[in-house]
Amino acid sequence: MRLPHPRGPVSAAVIDALGHPCPYPLAVPPADGPVDGIVHDEDLQLALWTCYEMHYRGFDGVDDDWEWAPSLIAVRGALEERWLAGLRLLAPPVEVEPDAVPSALAELVAADDGPSLAGFLQRKATLEQFREFVAQRSVYHLKEADPHSWGIPRLEGSAKAALIEIQVDEYGGGRVERMHSELFRDVMRALDLDDDYGHYVDQAPAVTLAVTNTISLFGLRRSLGGALIGHLAAFEMTSSLPNRRYGNGLRRLGGDATATRFYDEHVEADAVHEQIAAHDLCGGYARQHPEAASDILFGATACLAVEAEFGRYLLGRWESSPEPLSRTA
Amino acid sequence: MRGDFELRTQSGEVIDGGRGTVALCRCGLSAIKPLCDGTHKVGGFHASGGDRER
Repeated sequence: MRLPHPRGPVSAAVIDALGHPCPYPLAVPPADGPVDGIVHDEDLQLALWTCYEMHYRGFDGVDDDWEWAPSLIAVRGALEERWLAGLRLLAPPVEVEPDAVPSALAELVAADDGPSLAGFLQRKATLEQFREFVAQRSVYHLKEADPHSWGIPRLEGSAKAALIEIQVDEYGGGRVERMHSELFRDVMRALDLDDDYGHYVDQAPAVTLAVTNTISLFGLRRSLGGALIGHLAAFEMTSSLPNRRYGNGLRRLGGDATATRFYDEHVEADAVHEQIAAHDLCGGYARQHPEAASDILFGATACLAVEAEFGRYLLGRWESSPEPLSRTA
Repeated sequence: MRGDFELRTQSGEVIDGGRGTVALCRCGLSAIKPLCDGTHKVGGFHASGGDRER
């Protein structure tokens, strides 16, 4: 993947520095001010996304040693503090007894009143709108499951076993043709989209990057381990029904069985994963770490809140302008 | 359902659950019975016996 185009002073400083061999002086203008609406802060979300990407696949021509360069870690840390503060505003604390974590997660999901992106895609979306949805989602789905995998070495016992059971399924049980990220490539190819990793990052608005930045933040900070598994549980618990709708929407638009397999697979797989995630993973972790119960709920609430922002953004965009996105060529 | 099991239709044909651990439909509303597709949440189904009985 190529380095993205900067969207402001912070992302410009980070992207410029990454263009040089490490070490290289990296100075970032200090940021302060309110953090509400930070989910739509183009400069911050892209800068953070770029910092995180050094821990995943990196960028073409960028020195991989930047991953642990103290100057880049310092920038990331400062951005994370603001992003985390913004997430805490979006996802107010929920008090919960450790034994009640699975039922509290179910209540949270049942009370979710985010916009029905899935209903629109099922019944109304044009082919061009569905393509845009898929292009936006590719920023996450082409590394589907990777951000939650950061949790594996931080867990132990039954919670670890539960996360492994989910992740093994996400990675197709070790068969590349069943890996969810590869199934997503089938969706992209069927819609004549470019399935190169990171291809649509420059066209992804802040809120799309924020979806992945939320999980990377929780995954890469061990202190947020409870939030990471709570995020995964909310992800899985709100997946089966929307994915059936996405699949039906794509069928309505002419998608064949190969094109819709990604969505059809998620209907079945995530009905299983949601049980494992709520009861074995989060319930098990809360028994091991009673003090982390509210962190689990924070991660779940943050997941639903950022997803709702993403849904509102896309539905709002389609309402106001039918033109496809083209931020940069 | 987790462990050593085999799913069969009423006429005895083996059902491929697709993975080692599966979720079975208890509410009767699933479109992919005998497997769960999450529709119980729409139907307002509640299992008797609490969380662990699933």
